[in-house]
Amino acid sequence: MDGVVLALGQGFNGLSVASLYLLAALGLALSFGLMRVINMAHGELLMLGGYIAYLVMKAVPGTVGLLLALPAAFAGSALLGAVIEAALIRRLAARPLDTLLATWGLSLILQQAARNIFGPIGVEVRAPDWMNTAVTLGPLSLPTTRILILALSVALLGGLALLLTRTRIGLLVRAVNQDRMMAAAVGIDVRRVDMVMFALGSGVAGLAGVALGLLGPVTPTVGQSYIVPAFLVVVMGGLGSITGSTVAAIILGLFSAMAQIFVDVSVSQVLMLVLVIAFIQVRPQGVLAPRTRALDA
Amino acid sequence: MDLFGKGVSRRMAVLLVGVALVSCSKDAGPVKVGVLQSLTGTMAISEVTVKNAELLAIEEINAAGGVLGRQIEAVVEDGASDPVTFSQKAAKLIESNKVVTVFGGWTSASRKSMLPVFQRTNNLLWYPVQFEGNECSPNIMYSGAQPNQQILPALDWAVAKGFKNYFLVGSDYVFPRTANLILKTHIADRKLATAGEEYVPLGGADFSTVVSKIQAAKPDIIFSTLNGDSNVAFFKQLAAAGLSTTTLPVMSFSIGEQEAQAMGPQLVQGSYAAWNYFQSLDTPENKTFVAAYKKKYGPDAVVTDPMVHGYVNVYQWKAAVEKAGTFDPTAVRKAAVTLADSPSAMGGVKFAANQSLAQTAYVGQLDAAGQFKIISKSPAPIQPEPYDKLAFPGKTCAPA
Repeated sequence: MDGVVLALGQGFNGLSVASLYLLAALGLALSFGLMRVINMAHGELLMLGGYIAYLVMKAVPGTVGLLLALPAAFAGSALLGAVIEAALIRRLAARPLDTLLATWGLSLILQQAARNIFGPIGVEVRAPDWMNTAVTLGPLSLPTTRILILALSVALLGGLALLLTRTRIGLLVRAVNQDRMMAAAVGIDVRRVDMVMFALGSGVAGLAGVALGLLGPVTPTVGQSYIVPAFLVVVMGGLGSITGSTVAAIILGLFSAMAQIFVDVSVSQVLMLVLVIAFIQVRPQGVLAPRTRALDA
Repeated sequence: MDLFGKGVSRRMAVLLVGVALVSCSKDAGPVKVGVLQSLTGTMAISEVTVKNAELLAIEEINAAGGVLGRQIEAVVEDGASDPVTFSQKAAKLIESNKVVTVFGGWTSASRKSMLPVFQRTNNLLWYPVQFEGNECSPNIMYSGAQPNQQILPALDWAVAKGFKNYFLVGSDYVFPRTANLILKTHIADRKLATAGEEYVPLGGADFSTVVSKIQAAKPDIIFSTLNGDSNVAFFKQLAAAGLSTTTLPVMSFSIGEQEAQAMGPQLVQGSYAAWNYFQSLDTPENKTFVAAYKKKYGPDAVVTDPMVHGYVNVYQWKAAVEKAGTFDPTAVRKAAVTLADSPSAMGGVKFAANQSLAQTAYVGQLDAAGQFKIISKSPAPIQPEPYDKLAFPGKTCAPA
């Protein structure tokens, strides 16, 4: 009986970890997956979201502060994302390796800027007191904060799905994703779509930063611990597929949590990497690779 | 110009005299010491203030005339919470900056990484932090608590309070692993139970599984050897799961007044810590020291045990240099263990022959202001034992 309870508890933990990975990876799925742009500064967009949440909740503490922090973090990170896209990514569009280097350099600059502004010591995002409870489901005790983060990522996925399928900009994005050259040829402003997608992805990263702030400290290097899992999720999920990223995040989150029943955290991280390597060997296109007729896919 | 004519010998003479003059004046110039702590990274929360305390001591000594008539010049370097960086910076300080000694380190990983550098260059490291023991290098002065000066007194207190089931959580490196080994051995020896033992990578923030396992194991008390930012995540996620410090007490070995302030005292209020110093110690020496620190670093500054050890290290080094009459590290360390008991903010301190400090152990409980109420105290200063008698029987430090 204990074993079942433990497994169920770890199942929830796995979903919770998956939701954090997904929040961190969704933005990357949009920029890397759809635009094939390697943005090494993505983690710092997370970090910015965390710091914005800290500032907002310092001014307005409690639940109201948290409700304000979410859109504020989204807007702030989206703005920074748009700036990065216009100033950096756009100019290096045809040179992926240079984009990687340039964004990595930008990531270092942003980390040091955070250190200079906020100090090297982490800042506190204090969750409102009612969130420091657990919901009891039979023998299971599920922290409210994690349930809410899970709900947030589900809502975000739903919102993104609606955006991509029901709105005009979503249509344009899907068109650009299927075949960039043809989309440009039929008159779609590819550059504007890129900017919107990058900003949207960055905004989602900002929301992820708020979620992270509720569970741990917000430090200049908080983004660094999530950039690698984010890339893993996107690559394993299949470039260009949000659904694939979701599935990959769930697989990785559950695997990591289940492994931690038997081995400690460091070893479980090793095993997770081994899983991703093995998966890519067997299925290099990822979980759900979008089918396209483009010659260069 | 003719390089081999008479002009050379005259110019060479001038040059030689100049060099001689410069090196003469160098001897009377400042003496360089290294201060090597993590100013960035996950350990910055703890180490930046240790650097501050060490610099305060150097400033005070300089104001009082310096050491052997020379002013001290502190060369500060950032270990960046990374053991490899610590060893690189230590090598740089010793070989490039030519420091005569180094004050620094926190994590045992950083100390173990720096040790070969100090052995190779025969320099001296003054290490201010509590650690797991099992080490007796002649090139390190270990002023931080040995296990029998911090970990075991904490266990004694917990046993006396009636706690029977212990859950051990730590960061994944040598100090927590060794400390937990010692704890488990002693817990078993007293016929009590270890409910669980979990490790999280240094700096890691995901405690979902650890908290689940704690909930499943239902211990009486948690003993935490987590270091750095992980503490923040751990307490937050414990709170998020509804486990407050009143329902499930936590004894931390790496949380002092500084960490409590940085984390927000409400998060850790009511939890326990074991150190050889608390800012709330009511002695005249402590009050003077805290006042001096606040004067330099602001009225909101707080003082922790490693900070006081760092400060004491600098003064002990000064006394040892004056006794030895030289800055040579070998002579200094030999003199350091012969120094008399000297008063300090944490009481009387004296280095034992094994280059470790004899010191009193305190157990404190955090209040809402982030200060510790002292609830237990060892009756006398405890002599340092680098090797735990139960866990590592028969091992002792060979005389240096």
